[in-house]
Amino acid sequence: MTAAAPSPTREGAFGWALLRVCSIAVYIFMFAPIVVVILLAFNSSRSGAFPMEGFSLQWFGKLFANDSIVEAFKTSLILAATSSALATIIGVMAALALVRYSFRGKEGIQTFLSLPLLMPEVVMGVALLMFLKFLSMPRSFAVLLLGHTVLSLPYVVLLVQARLVGLRSSYEEAAWTLGANRIQTFFEVTLPLISPAIVGGFLFAATLSFDNITATLFWKKPGIETVPTKIFAMLRTSVSPEINALGAVMIVITILLPLIGGYMVRRFAKAR
Amino acid sequence: MSRVLARPYLLLSPAILSLSLLMVAPVVFVLIYSFWLRTAEGLDVPAFQFGNWVNFFNDYFYWMALGSTFKTAFITTIICIILGYPTAYFLARAQIRNRGLLLFLMFLPFWVSYIIRTMSWINVLGKNGFVNAVLMGSGLIDEPMKLLYNDFSVIMGLVYFMLPYMIINVYVSLDGIDRNLESAARVLGCTPWQSFWEVTLPLSLPGLGAGSLLCFVLAAGSYVTPRLLGGTDTLFFPDLIYEAIISQLDWPFGAVLSIVMLVALGLVIAVYNRFMNLSDVYRSFAR
Repeated sequence: MTAAAPSPTREGAFGWALLRVCSIAVYIFMFAPIVVVILLAFNSSRSGAFPMEGFSLQWFGKLFANDSIVEAFKTSLILAATSSALATIIGVMAALALVRYSFRGKEGIQTFLSLPLLMPEVVMGVALLMFLKFLSMPRSFAVLLLGHTVLSLPYVVLLVQARLVGLRSSYEEAAWTLGANRIQTFFEVTLPLISPAIVGGFLFAATLSFDNITATLFWKKPGIETVPTKIFAMLRTSVSPEINALGAVMIVITILLPLIGGYMVRRFAKAR
Repeated sequence: MSRVLARPYLLLSPAILSLSLLMVAPVVFVLIYSFWLRTAEGLDVPAFQFGNWVNFFNDYFYWMALGSTFKTAFITTIICIILGYPTAYFLARAQIRNRGLLLFLMFLPFWVSYIIRTMSWINVLGKNGFVNAVLMGSGLIDEPMKLLYNDFSVIMGLVYFMLPYMIINVYVSLDGIDRNLESAARVLGCTPWQSFWEVTLPLSLPGLGAGSLLCFVLAAGSYVTPRLLGGTDTLFFPDLIYEAIISQLDWPFGAVLSIVMLVALGLVIAVYNRFMNLSDVYRSFAR
């Protein structure tokens, strides 16, 4: 499409040059801090800051020898896996209902399920903490699990819904016509068809959980740390070279995860 | 009700139930808690009294904190518009070959851990940070500048966090505009500027509005960024809530502050919804 081709006038050319400069500046703005973290992770200096004194891998070694960080990683991974599994099951069911059926109160339910997206996380943190304490459920892993599930649920519903819209029901109708019962149809036709949406929703929920910090600070038991709260606690003193190394590791993981996710979704889509 | 008619409600019930039990009920409970009495021994007793609320309304400090929080969120939103709109326009309209790659790159930092992205600004702006190292190395300054632990660094961190939200919302909005409308404006004698002001900008307002609301609400509700990048005199409302609940263990007062925060942001959202469509904002999350 070249309908709105940049104007050949001098005014237009100047405008486009300005836009280009602004965009390049924004890209530098977005990537510079990340590059700086990775750069400093390899700095041999003890201060965790500039100037660069030499190349070193020692901070990565220190990192993997630090038991509390390894422990935090385990907690974060278990929490992300369980809470996103829960959120995905509940969310996919809701998304199926919202895409596949028309029923009374649909609009209202859609709004209700999206409401938490604009809820300040601090308030959410306070509310669940108080309520579960009232029900004699003190800060614990269970509170974290329930909380993370609720936090990622609206995202899963919206994301899966968006992916399901294009799905036609003719495949299922064909299966029924050919004699499959409802359960067979679901497992042999519907499930394979929606699996890319499920994988996408799951990975997104897992990322949200792994990344969550504000609400987690309210819900976690003192002594239990997830990776973000661990980093937050370490930052209370100062930026150490170890945190930069941890940051570099996290950057690589969090950039790889969506890449793998996207690849898998495409593979699934092709196999279908 | 027949079985088929009940099916959507059955499928929806776990989602509705979990949100009602783990979000709606807790928020209602916070409101109730805000009337409870905190005794001298530090026990919270169920009661219906307005002491906590009176304390809040009488203390000018909390109003100032709310004001400064909203001011910071507002400045963040404006900067996001100024930086985000031209970039989104460029991504949507420029004749570039690798648009897909550029869009992908824009969202890569988005996936990087929030705490790491926030922390990275300490490395950039700190006393021995990147900016000072470069400026001192080139001899432009002799003393490191104080760029960190003030409102400037808080706003930098918030803009960094919010900018991709703004860009994607504006981009999608611009991308959905029928190009023929702009061509028509040009054919009918508009200058490029006029066709932008009279056609493109008004049609992209839903995206700009959705992005702005998200920026404002998420910035005003953030706790970690002001905490890590702010100075000792940085006043941020979510920080006061955390202090009341976790540090001072004054839960009834923390409940008051939480409700105030919720109502204040709720008002902003209500005003927005009066002029724009809230469902644009929700939908933007699914992109």
